[in-house]
Amino acid sequence: MALPSRPARLRAALSRPSVRRRVVTGAVVAVLVAAGITWAAWPSGEPYGSSDAMVTVRSGPGGDEPVTLDTGLYVPRSATSAHPAPAVLLAHGFGGTKDSVATEAKELAGQGYVVQTWTARGFGRSGGRIGLDDPAYEVNDARRLLDRLAGMPQVQKDRPGDPRVGVVGGSYGGGLALLLAGHDPRVDAVVPQITWNSLSRAFFPNSDGGPATSGVFKRSWAGLFFGSSGLDPAAILGGGAAAPDASGSPAPSSSGAPASGGPRRAAPPAADPQCGRFTAEICRMYLEIATTGRATPSAQALLDRRSPQSVLDRITAPTLLVQGQADSLFPLAEADANARGIAANGTPVRVAWYSGGHDASGSQADQDRVRFLTLQWLDRYVKKAGSGGTSFTFSNSGGLNLSTGRVTSTGFSAPAYPGLAGSGDPRRITLSGPPQTIAAPPGGSPAAISTVPGLGAAGALVGGATIDVPGQVASFGSGPLDRAVDVVGAPTVRLRAASATGEAVLFVKLYSVGPDGRSTLPQGLVAPLRLTGLPRTLDAAEPVRVALPAIAYRLEAGQRLRLAVSTTDQAYALPTDPTTYQVAAAGDLTLPTVPATPLAATGSLWTRLLVGLVLVLALALAVGALVARVRRRRVSSTVDPENADRPLVIRDLSKAYDDGFVAVRDLTFTVERGQVLGLLGPNGAGKTTTLRMLMGLIRPSGGEIQVFGHRIRAGAPVLSRLGSFVEGTGFLPHLSGTDNLRLYWRATGRPDADSYLAEALEIAGLGSAVERKVKTYSQGMRQRLAIAQAMLGLPDLLVLDEPTNGLDPPQIAEMRQVLRRYATDGRTVLVSSHLLAEVEQTCTHVVVMHQGTLVAAGTVAEVTGESSSVLVGVDDTDAALRVLAGATGVTRAHSSDGGVVVDLDPSLNGTGRIEVVRQLVEGGVGVDRVSPRRRLEDVFLTLVGGDKQ
Amino acid sequence: MTVDAAPGYQPGRTLSFTTELRRQLTRRRTQYGFGFLALLPLLLLGAFQLGGPDDGGSQRGASLVDVATAGGPNFAAFTLFASATFLVVVVVALFCGDTVAGEASWGSLRYLLALPVPRSRLLRQKLLVGAATSAAAVVLLMTVAVVGGTLVYGWHPLRTPIGAEVAPWTSLGLLALATGFLLVHLLIPGTLAFLLSVRTDQPLLAVGGAVMLYIVSNILDLVPALESVRFVLPTAYNLAWTGVFSSPLQYEDMAKGAISALLYATVFLLLAWRAFARKDVVS
Repeated sequence: MALPSRPARLRAALSRPSVRRRVVTGAVVAVLVAAGITWAAWPSGEPYGSSDAMVTVRSGPGGDEPVTLDTGLYVPRSATSAHPAPAVLLAHGFGGTKDSVATEAKELAGQGYVVQTWTARGFGRSGGRIGLDDPAYEVNDARRLLDRLAGMPQVQKDRPGDPRVGVVGGSYGGGLALLLAGHDPRVDAVVPQITWNSLSRAFFPNSDGGPATSGVFKRSWAGLFFGSSGLDPAAILGGGAAAPDASGSPAPSSSGAPASGGPRRAAPPAADPQCGRFTAEICRMYLEIATTGRATPSAQALLDRRSPQSVLDRITAPTLLVQGQADSLFPLAEADANARGIAANGTPVRVAWYSGGHDASGSQADQDRVRFLTLQWLDRYVKKAGSGGTSFTFSNSGGLNLSTGRVTSTGFSAPAYPGLAGSGDPRRITLSGPPQTIAAPPGGSPAAISTVPGLGAAGALVGGATIDVPGQVASFGSGPLDRAVDVVGAPTVRLRAASATGEAVLFVKLYSVGPDGRSTLPQGLVAPLRLTGLPRTLDAAEPVRVALPAIAYRLEAGQRLRLAVSTTDQAYALPTDPTTYQVAAAGDLTLPTVPATPLAATGSLWTRLLVGLVLVLALALAVGALVARVRRRRVSSTVDPENADRPLVIRDLSKAYDDGFVAVRDLTFTVERGQVLGLLGPNGAGKTTTLRMLMGLIRPSGGEIQVFGHRIRAGAPVLSRLGSFVEGTGFLPHLSGTDNLRLYWRATGRPDADSYLAEALEIAGLGSAVERKVKTYSQGMRQRLAIAQAMLGLPDLLVLDEPTNGLDPPQIAEMRQVLRRYATDGRTVLVSSHLLAEVEQTCTHVVVMHQGTLVAAGTVAEVTGESSSVLVGVDDTDAALRVLAGATGVTRAHSSDGGVVVDLDPSLNGTGRIEVVRQLVEGGVGVDRVSPRRRLEDVFLTLVGGDKQ
Repeated sequence: MTVDAAPGYQPGRTLSFTTELRRQLTRRRTQYGFGFLALLPLLLLGAFQLGGPDDGGSQRGASLVDVATAGGPNFAAFTLFASATFLVVVVVALFCGDTVAGEASWGSLRYLLALPVPRSRLLRQKLLVGAATSAAAVVLLMTVAVVGGTLVYGWHPLRTPIGAEVAPWTSLGLLALATGFLLVHLLIPGTLAFLLSVRTDQPLLAVGGAVMLYIVSNILDLVPALESVRFVLPTAYNLAWTGVFSSPLQYEDMAKGAISALLYATVFLLLAWRAFARKDVVS
């Protein structure tokens, strides 16, 4: 016979329902998990194609200087010559390459725009030298790229040679975007982000509104930009400055990309290590301003030619200005100047502030908002699809999210951009403090620290990084605020100052001071001030109006304000000659406000989702409970009236375990009231399995059990009429015997009076030990306690599994009495045992099981009573069998241990034995004993013996 | 007329909450669990007293340490931070993971089921008591922390790591909110332990398995490559409650965390119910 093939065996194995179910469940789970992982990890099908190209364009003042640019093009698959798509020119930040904006390019391409990226001249693999967005070079480069877009059939055109195009860029790229829009009317929309209006003002700010030539040199930022030209600015700026590039917005720098560009640079190596890849013109200018700390008119002219302020009146492309609130390089005032200049032409302008900038990346919510606004603007003015508001949105930085370490913020919206003076009622705060004399140290050292380029106020936010040097700072404080105020815009204040030299360099800061005295400098922003023509004494000093850095900041009630006027700041070029100034506050501090409404935060969406989920779960729970109740009621109401008075009816009961082992097979028997039934069988006969099924612990695989006519299933209420002790005790080991029984009874929820606890304890016979913890009990004591527990409430059917195991002989005898007594008034006892004697002495009825099947059933008298078989001890078995073969009254004879077993004709009524002995003796066979065979023992011993083989 | 059940027996009255509570509260492991959580704040207090001024390490979230001794509410916030990711998880896993498997290992489970306590009700009562004792243990921890911290450091406003101050009574509200979120989030280890408890007869396996899976999730949480799928990890939002110490209050992550916890708990509990309803109880 051949073994079944493997598939056949597998099929056989699978045909077992439970195995099949498990395999199917496992497979479904595995497929779902695999699908989930694939879905999460699989790159979503790209709806665009991309290609890189080194493009040579003719640029320069005369349009005849070739330069090679490293470009990238992303074309949506939907864009064809039949259905051309609008385009976006996407510029990168200072120190970056086209790769820095790849993420945003892909996103825009996914939105249906042909996206042109390129590495600006002087960076990465592009040729040429850095001209700082020189209109003759960088801007002309970009115009040639517009020409290129105009030549592509898949790009939509307004007219021949005029592509439908928006320009998007951040910082350096933002400056380029504005300059391009000013120089080339083909641009349809601009989204400049965190960029400048006037480079000279950005690097030589003067907060009294003075010109750049009298500004204070922003030394550390300038050093990062110019001084490191031969190096990677990104390497110096570090990750902290990689401002919004996490959102895909262009950033002034991007980690990684420039470094890989190094060895492959197509540009000629810098001839002058001093100048790096800057043009000679820029380099000369920088060396000059960095040495003197002052902007010469020629330097200012050079910087201004590279500033959007010079072309604002020519910009007709609708402009979305995104500016960072955490930006000590290009503060909010730069965007304000751009907005005013462009709006003056009647060109649509929208302004948005967000919590990032050159000093921080901003909150996730803000990055999402910037991305949304950018796309909305492009869709409206480039794709000409959809509309968009003109509202001004900004963000109130709320601190740090401790679990992610990121800045958190709340977005606000106002109907229109109000400018830096605010549109609401300004709050006037009275500052107090006497005139103070402060010293400017020689060499400008030590200096106060308020901003670290690229880190900005990140340090100040957690407190402690802002440092003022004693003796160098004059402070003017306010009282505690009576109510909170949201400052949106640039606070202003009037100061009077006197100086022995007639000139003063001052840094004005507005701190918020908490009730604990800790000062916070919002965003670490400082207003530098160079005053000239000052008198020697304060008496003669005229008030100077100082515009503090624009902020969006919430001042809580109870906080105070402190205006600090310092002579030094680490980030700026400082006078080197020691001197002293006198400073006094001249009037109130004015805090601009803007009536604004909070934007719906994504948090509220999640909260609503949460509420919805809770409601759904509650509903599901209620429905589930209802269904369960209905089903329970339906099941429990089915009673078999025929067996309503029978304690136990078992019909065709089978149990096959998952591993295929059949513990019980087609078992059928009935127990009537008043019986003490013994379930007899060797170990492994299926007794305990039967009892477990009787208790509803395991599910029969076939047939049924009825107790008082109720079909047994898990938790059937009729089980409450059954007391059980099956397969070992189950107590809480840390409780005493009494407590165990008490808690057990309490768990039934039935009245205490019904428990008959005292009687049960008496049966247990544990004496004072019942008050000891169960874990100290011997096996026998636990056994007796378990039997007592089974008898609690005097159940109608008492089921005991091997109750006498572990009991000593007197206790066994006593237990027999108890069980027999228990069955007297209509109650029933079911005892399992593997000991024949036990059953004989205790039970009225017996069921014998072996290997899961019923072998015999009946009254003990019936089953164990004398049968018509006798065992005859003979000296010669063969002779005896020969004699008996033909003997009268003998139905069958066979040899056995120590003799022959003779089945007699039952009709002879006992006289058969005499006859058998007589015939044997007459036949010459010696008989030494004749003993009756009891059928049960016979069967049982055979079974047990059979088990031993 | 037949008798459906023993007189006085009603399925809905079996294994009442107080009975199950007594069964659990008398257990040593419950008492030790409560004891440890009550002791932890005192240990921390002692450590701070012994240890002198801190050196101002300020890593992710560590800033709660910097302000831990600013007052009672601050100390309680730090205690929560120190215990939320592990100790409390272990205790909750113990209370919820030992409850069914423990009965199985004693052998008492089958007697409860034969009472009969309907299986669904048994799970419900066990879960309710496990949840109630877990919640009580966490509340005990926070109460001891607030009281102990206040006795040692005084009843001062809560100083948040970002420098804001919150009046003491208001800060108790914030702490209650943070604790409340933590309790909701603990549904994940709790129901996971409960599921394992139903599936196995060994309490150690249930408790240890739940804690182990939680730790694995915590480790995966640290892998940057998984950032995009981080939100599905059960531990993704386990520190979201620190949002209450931001100004304005950051509840987005807490809402996400609560959703995540409820979804996980629903799945775990459905699996537990399904498994137990069909289970052959042989222990």
